[in-house]
Amino acid sequence: MTIILNQNQELSLKERFFHLNFVYIAIIITLAFIGCATLYSAAGGKLSPWALNQGIRFGIGFAVMLTAALIPPEFYYKTATPFYIFTLILLIIVEVAGHTGMGAQRWINLGFFKLQPSELMKIAIVLELARYFSVTPLENILSIKGLFVPALIVAVPVGLIMIQPDLGTSLMILFCAIALFYLAGLQWWKFALGITAVVSSAPVLWHFLHNYQKNRILTFLDPERDPQGAGYHIIQAKIALGSGGFWGKGFLSGTQSHLNFLPEKHTDFIFTMFSEEFGMLGGTIILFLNLILISYGYWFAFRIHNSNYFGKMVILGLNTNYFLYVFINIAMVIGLLPVVGVPLPLISYGGTVIISVMASFGIILSFYANRDRELKK
Amino acid sequence: MKKSNHKLRLLLKRSLVMFSINIILLFILVGRLYFLQIYQGEKYALLADSNRMSKRLLPPPRGVINDRNGVELAVNAQNFQAMLIPEQARKVDHLLSAIAPVLKLSETDIARIKKDISRHRRFVPVKIKDNLSWEEVSFLMLNNNRYPGLIIDEGLIRTYPYKQYTAHPLGYVGSVSEADLQKSDAPLLQVPGFKIGKSGFEKTYDESLRGTEGNLTYEVNAYGRIMREIEKKDGEKGKDLDLTIDIRLQQKAYEAFGNESGAAVVLNVHTGEILAFVSVPSFDPNLFVDGISIKNWNTLLYDEKTPMTDKAVSGQYSPGSTFKIVVALAALEAGVINEKTTSFCSGKMKLGDHLFHCWRHSGHGRQTLIDAIKNSCDIYFYETALKLGIEKIAAMSRRLGLGQIYDLGLENQKQGVIPDKQWKKEKLKQPWQQGETVIAGIGQGYVLVTPLQLVTMLARVVNGGYAITPTFIKTDTQPSPPSLNLKPENINLVKQGMFEVVNGIGGTATRARLKLKDVKMGGKTGTTQVRRISLKERASGIKRDEDLPWKYRNHAWFMAYAPHDNPKYAVAVIVEHGRSGSGVAAPIASKILEEAIKLDIR
Repeated sequence: MTIILNQNQELSLKERFFHLNFVYIAIIITLAFIGCATLYSAAGGKLSPWALNQGIRFGIGFAVMLTAALIPPEFYYKTATPFYIFTLILLIIVEVAGHTGMGAQRWINLGFFKLQPSELMKIAIVLELARYFSVTPLENILSIKGLFVPALIVAVPVGLIMIQPDLGTSLMILFCAIALFYLAGLQWWKFALGITAVVSSAPVLWHFLHNYQKNRILTFLDPERDPQGAGYHIIQAKIALGSGGFWGKGFLSGTQSHLNFLPEKHTDFIFTMFSEEFGMLGGTIILFLNLILISYGYWFAFRIHNSNYFGKMVILGLNTNYFLYVFINIAMVIGLLPVVGVPLPLISYGGTVIISVMASFGIILSFYANRDRELKK
Repeated sequence: MKKSNHKLRLLLKRSLVMFSINIILLFILVGRLYFLQIYQGEKYALLADSNRMSKRLLPPPRGVINDRNGVELAVNAQNFQAMLIPEQARKVDHLLSAIAPVLKLSETDIARIKKDISRHRRFVPVKIKDNLSWEEVSFLMLNNNRYPGLIIDEGLIRTYPYKQYTAHPLGYVGSVSEADLQKSDAPLLQVPGFKIGKSGFEKTYDESLRGTEGNLTYEVNAYGRIMREIEKKDGEKGKDLDLTIDIRLQQKAYEAFGNESGAAVVLNVHTGEILAFVSVPSFDPNLFVDGISIKNWNTLLYDEKTPMTDKAVSGQYSPGSTFKIVVALAALEAGVINEKTTSFCSGKMKLGDHLFHCWRHSGHGRQTLIDAIKNSCDIYFYETALKLGIEKIAAMSRRLGLGQIYDLGLENQKQGVIPDKQWKKEKLKQPWQQGETVIAGIGQGYVLVTPLQLVTMLARVVNGGYAITPTFIKTDTQPSPPSLNLKPENINLVKQGMFEVVNGIGGTATRARLKLKDVKMGGKTGTTQVRRISLKERASGIKRDEDLPWKYRNHAWFMAYAPHDNPKYAVAVIVEHGRSGSGVAAPIASKILEEAIKLDIR
């Protein structure tokens, strides 16, 4: 009741902490724990080389999340545009002088840490679009002219990431942006027009794809066309998953993963390894935990003060971003989407993703902690 | 305010739509899990198993071949191989050059090893050397620590301890050839290094000696490395083969030939059991097990004494005077002659325009049957054959076992030839000539026999007229052989003749008497012309057989049995180009019989 009375009063640090959603945090910890356990199994029952590292990274990520959650939401509003521009510059630097790794220029080597600007951009673009839509009147958003600025905000980074080339990330950012356009109220016919344009230009776009990207799509459509090469991943992943049955083969007992038939078992294909050992039951539990997490996101967006349009949009954007990670990763490892190199956040081994995802959770929580007051502009 | 409310409502409404889409998409994932893990789970479980499980056939130990006393003639000896696991070796080149002098590895060996290493994954053992000697094994064991990655593998290799003594009739095993694979789809044949019978008994009884394969199921990882054994099912050892041969007699018989070329077969006259079976010279079957070198093969192939040929069953020779026993018995049974019938031998006999000579040109004078056998008088048998006719001679030959192939498990047997009128009509499209009957009477002309057939004939005569069948396989119960219904007095008469050959004053083989006190043997010599001495050769001074080159000299036969009173053993000996039955073949036969009697084979 006191909260409602002090609608516009800023909260103390302690109050902010106790306003966090602890069930939400508990689910995050549970998923991270499942990730570490699976990495422990992937190493054949050893903490090294992955499980312990991942635990430490999650610890760092957790600190990042708490920090981000305890920062007042006004901060995100104010820094949205500078942060976006900063990240854009980093992307350009990567493009111009970036380090070449895995055949693609994706990161800046800071010595102790390899920074992936494309990961930062996933957050930056959500903040910037949310800011733009929150200050723009609906009729402007709906007009043709009004579409120009937000389209530019999206097109420049997506284009830069695509030429890195990182098709997976650029498509994720694009989908996330489309979701935000949709939430902002864009007319249906514009989406229809967009889809028509993409489909009709598909043959032209195909021409611009790299060979390995074309191969991935072709292999997805028919894994058997090259069972020893590109199709091998998909076939072996399906065997690993399918042979798990309902109960799974048991912790540390997945034959496909432990005998190395399953490639990338600790990174992109970790869900298949988990499902081989824990069966459909385990796989469904991971999906269910993620569903709860995502549902919480929608609930948070609904729950925060109605005047905070920016906050709702940021929560929905970041939440969608997380959903896309989960959906694309699992769909690709179980053969519903082409293999595009998207990890399963909180579970796959990898540093940058865990930090950026935990930061997103922190931002979401920050808005939720200050749910009962208006955003000061 | 109203406008901003509209914007907010749109946001909330659309977020609900998006939420629903998210839920639907996540449920699609669950549905996909159900499809792959439950609906198709069985299929993928099988695929996962076929990924990880690998099967290897375990060849069973081959059955052992024993002689009649259980002495092993073909065994599976331990074979030590040096193997190298490249990934465990510190430096393969260093290691190879360090062990090369000890294991006597040549440059080509080392090149072969390096090639093998480069062809396989680093954890696959590569063979360095086979058939290590004890010195080599102990060297490697002692220096075990110095050469990591070097291991000693123990296998079995077929070995014939009696080497050339048993090459005929045992044969040998060898690697599976392309032709073998086409004939049989037995999975064992696909096992690398598996050996199958290539000749002799090893070939004939291969399937029974081979046994049943075992299985080893093991788990492999994606790179083919063996992780662990899952299941091991031992196979069944091949069945042993117990032969009737006595290896002691076999060795003695072989040695008795010295440097001669020929064959000898010893039978138990009552059972037909083959107690010794040699073809000389022979070869070392162990050379063939791992593939014979071209040099060794050529040596065997171009040897004029034909070591690869089993002369005991595939050598066909005119029986010569040994055939007189058949003629005599046929004539006695037909009543054409009797004990008292005599012939006068003047050294020649005229029939039409032809003049037939006795081997003794001066003649033997008046001869009874016993005299004629003792002296091997040709004239007596010319006349007897004429009285008897070729048909009766042929019939008795067949009754006594000539002209037949026996079920011995030897595939290269020859049938020989027992000519009669019909045979000549069919084979040569010509009518039978009386002169041919005359020379058939002394075992010349078309008649051909193998040593095995000849000894069978002798055994059937001296055992009292029972049609024994020669056999190599030892059995506990022997069916009593059918009687040939020959008159005992006739058999005794013929035996008496053969006794005189060895023991009578002036017999043809008196020098070959047994050097045993109580035991006497009987026998019959035979000498068969390989080629007539031509007029041209006579003109150039070659008058006697021994002046001819080896391969044109006469073959020498001797067949004998002992003890005379109660015959137990019969032997037939052929010495190729041995010139004289009495001089060369008879002493060999006598040595063999002496040994048999000393051994008292049961």
